[in-house]
Amino acid sequence: MTSSIAYVRNFCIIAHIDHGKSTLADRMLEQTGAFSAREMQDQVLDQMDLERERGITIKLTPVRLTYQAQDGQEYKYNLIDTPGHVDFSYEVSRSLAACEGALLVVDATQGIEAQTLANAYLALEHDLTIIPVINKIDLPSANPDMAKKEIEEVLGLDPDSAVLCSAKTGQGVSEILEAIARRIPPPQGEVSDPLAALIFDSKFDPYRGVIAYIRVMQGSIKVGQQIRLLATGKDYEVDEVGFFGSDFIPVPELGPGDVGYLSAGIKDIQDARVGDTITDIDRPVAKPLPGYRHLRPMVYCGLYPQEASDYNLLRESLEKLQLNDSALVFELETSAALGFGFRCGFLGLLHMEIVQERLEREFNVHIIATAPNVIYEITTTDGEVLSMDSPAKLPPPNEIESFAEPFVRGTIIVPSEFIGAVMELAQEKRGTYHNMEYLDENRVVITYDLPLSEIIFDFFDLLKSRTRGYASLDYDYLGHRPGDLVKLDILINGEPVDALSLIVHRERARQQGRNLVERLRSLIPRQLFDVPIQAAVGSQIIARETVKALRKDVLAKCYGGDVSRKRKLLEKQKEGKRRMKQVGNVEIPQEAFMAVLKVK
Amino acid sequence: MQYLYALEQEAQIFLTSWPRGQEVSSIYVGGGTPTVLVSEELEQVLAVASAFPRASTIEWTVEANPGTLTLDKLRVLKAAGVNRLSLGVQSFDDTILTFLGRTHTGAEAKTAWYNARQVGFDNLSLDLIYAVPGQSLTSWRQTLKEALALAPEHISTYSLMIEEGTEFGRRGLTPVSQELDLAQYEEAQAVLQKAGLCQYEISNFACPGFSCRHNLVYWYNEPYLGLGPSATSYLAGERRTNVRNVSEYVQCLNQGRLPVADRESATPELARAETVILSLRLREGLSRRRFRERFGQDIGDVYSEAIHRLTEYNLVTMDEDSLRLTDKGLPLANQVAMAFLPNNPS
Repeated sequence: MTSSIAYVRNFCIIAHIDHGKSTLADRMLEQTGAFSAREMQDQVLDQMDLERERGITIKLTPVRLTYQAQDGQEYKYNLIDTPGHVDFSYEVSRSLAACEGALLVVDATQGIEAQTLANAYLALEHDLTIIPVINKIDLPSANPDMAKKEIEEVLGLDPDSAVLCSAKTGQGVSEILEAIARRIPPPQGEVSDPLAALIFDSKFDPYRGVIAYIRVMQGSIKVGQQIRLLATGKDYEVDEVGFFGSDFIPVPELGPGDVGYLSAGIKDIQDARVGDTITDIDRPVAKPLPGYRHLRPMVYCGLYPQEASDYNLLRESLEKLQLNDSALVFELETSAALGFGFRCGFLGLLHMEIVQERLEREFNVHIIATAPNVIYEITTTDGEVLSMDSPAKLPPPNEIESFAEPFVRGTIIVPSEFIGAVMELAQEKRGTYHNMEYLDENRVVITYDLPLSEIIFDFFDLLKSRTRGYASLDYDYLGHRPGDLVKLDILINGEPVDALSLIVHRERARQQGRNLVERLRSLIPRQLFDVPIQAAVGSQIIARETVKALRKDVLAKCYGGDVSRKRKLLEKQKEGKRRMKQVGNVEIPQEAFMAVLKVK
Repeated sequence: MQYLYALEQEAQIFLTSWPRGQEVSSIYVGGGTPTVLVSEELEQVLAVASAFPRASTIEWTVEANPGTLTLDKLRVLKAAGVNRLSLGVQSFDDTILTFLGRTHTGAEAKTAWYNARQVGFDNLSLDLIYAVPGQSLTSWRQTLKEALALAPEHISTYSLMIEEGTEFGRRGLTPVSQELDLAQYEEAQAVLQKAGLCQYEISNFACPGFSCRHNLVYWYNEPYLGLGPSATSYLAGERRTNVRNVSEYVQCLNQGRLPVADRESATPELARAETVILSLRLREGLSRRRFRERFGQDIGDVYSEAIHRLTEYNLVTMDEDSLRLTDKGLPLANQVAMAFLPNNPS
């Protein structure tokens, strides 16, 4: 195996969402015969239904291709697909670390977008050889020259190195396959050196436990070997190693440069962390491979079962999801309004939405999700620094010395006519201008430093709608910065409702409080008495609305022919009442808890 | 006409096994508008009803549409023994009538009314509708005034329900505010009460002695027999509904079968709840004695928690004799009804 290292190529495909990454991967699989026609289904690499539906890749699924190059040699290509969303940028960076080269796919009708830029910079940081691929040239609106020009001017890459292709029709795919052999360097690494292998992904198999996806950087790994995972310090014995075909294909040994999998009786996915280094117990490497970072959730929300009796089902479902998703964290949380549920942490909003959707779809648990929030750092008057993942956990205002909130640097690419609209939005969302550069005569890259909490609400939707869909966004975490923040409480009929609390900027508390109570007034049905809805900061009420008492609720007619039908109407009405959450004497519909999400 | 023949056959099935000495105390011909039939057909329908042994004190009501009620038909009704008419007047405001899709005018309604009096009907009821989108309190007051000028023995006032699946629902109408709906309701209560018509049910008002005895059967949750397509019966604790489709109805009876589409035997729990919910529609409320005789338990024991809560909200009141809706509870009867319904629909 080591003798053929010169003919191994490890690469990934990086692109902005919808630029055709998965379609290109499909064509490459097809042309190299990696899958039989029967196995071939559109976008085989994206395995989850949800991924297929949303047209995005969440999980990385590597595959090995065999390519007969024009030089007469047979090459082993390890293709590592990467998720295309900013939530998963750490996984992207680990995948890149497992490669020597990258295909950078740019849509010939769109040009460079925010994630093209972010991913290309990431690839350059990892010293990868980049092969620009200009895709969708079959479309009438394709403008490959514009794309080439952007590749040159923005990324500083040689425009003549770009391969033109249409992943849809297959045009140009053979040129890409050939370019991989010629341009991407083979992996380095000596088989005689101590073992160092990078975990770039892992998944849980109910029969074999955790299966780690690895790239061997140096040394070799074989069945029966005693290994250690450096970040967790845990030791295991290797059960099986192999590479990826249409299924797992076991081999006796993986050598330097190889991309494959490993199973070693690892029970918990938390023990095979993405980015960790595997080494040999008896002959360990001196230091781990660079770049490991413990994944921390950025966004939290409360997940509660709609029916209290589904609590156990929700817990079991989250546990099952966690088997394959080490980034998902959860802990028990109790809400006076919603009962028993979980505080859940996610990498970002998309990750959160995916988990919520999978709970509903795959596990059939109906949930109420509270508004998401970021992690706040609070310095107490005693000088203690606390990390807060829930507004409900905040100490009382008089014990808070200062607040800090996470900031991100948002990169927005937009046609220049929308510069004003983007700046206006960024200001509204408490952004600080950082930079602006022209990509070409018509498009600009604008960077703003923004509080993450503003991005996780409706920033992206607003950005899209105010730029007629043209803007693209990517962001990088900058760290916590101090902010003048306060906790906004909602009182319904005089009682604070924990699940509706929010942390907001002091200057905007009044406006947000007013919007929220107005929305709640329209969502909470009339009850047998007037129900005041108040927004408060500390003990000060800053907004108030009243849901007027129910005045008339009676069936006009109820005669012989109608008794059954009328009774069924009442039963339906009663069922609707039963599904509401009781807070004090007030019945609150489940949608009300989501109202916070829509507050401007 | 095949349908009328089938109707006779359905009646015949019940008549053959009719208990000796059992008399019918009230008849109600309605649901749809019987007066659209031509006089001969109307006679046939009435003959079906007359075939049942009737008590001497019988109340026999026919529902009539003012637009189709001719003098000739009035005479047919009178001759057959009908002694009460319920006129679907709805309103005396022609804009409201047009909005509701009625073909008659306010003036035509009055003509029909005077004709009925002339033929000798001395127990007349009229239906009125309020809470119609666009109907002001003033317009409603005027309609009530014109109705009282006819000196009716009985008035039903219905708040317009805009339900899904009905024509009004499809028209996408926004219901009037609860405040206006309630104001019009209270206006009717005040004006009719003053004119000597007592409210005896949520939507019904009558001069003393003129409450509709037939409808009281429904509200007491007592047995009744219904004939015709989609008619319902409540017999021996079982609710039956006939098939809706007329040709299916005719076919069943041609084959000598009862045209029943749906049967539902209420559990004792549901029968109790229905009795409470229906009786509470009456101002006299639910008689504790009658409830005890029927179900062997005291209402206060069966529903102690619900009654306690509803009393706190001042929606119901209970004394030794009865459980009743309060003035506040009357327009909120659904809220009260839900408290008595069993949790899991049977």
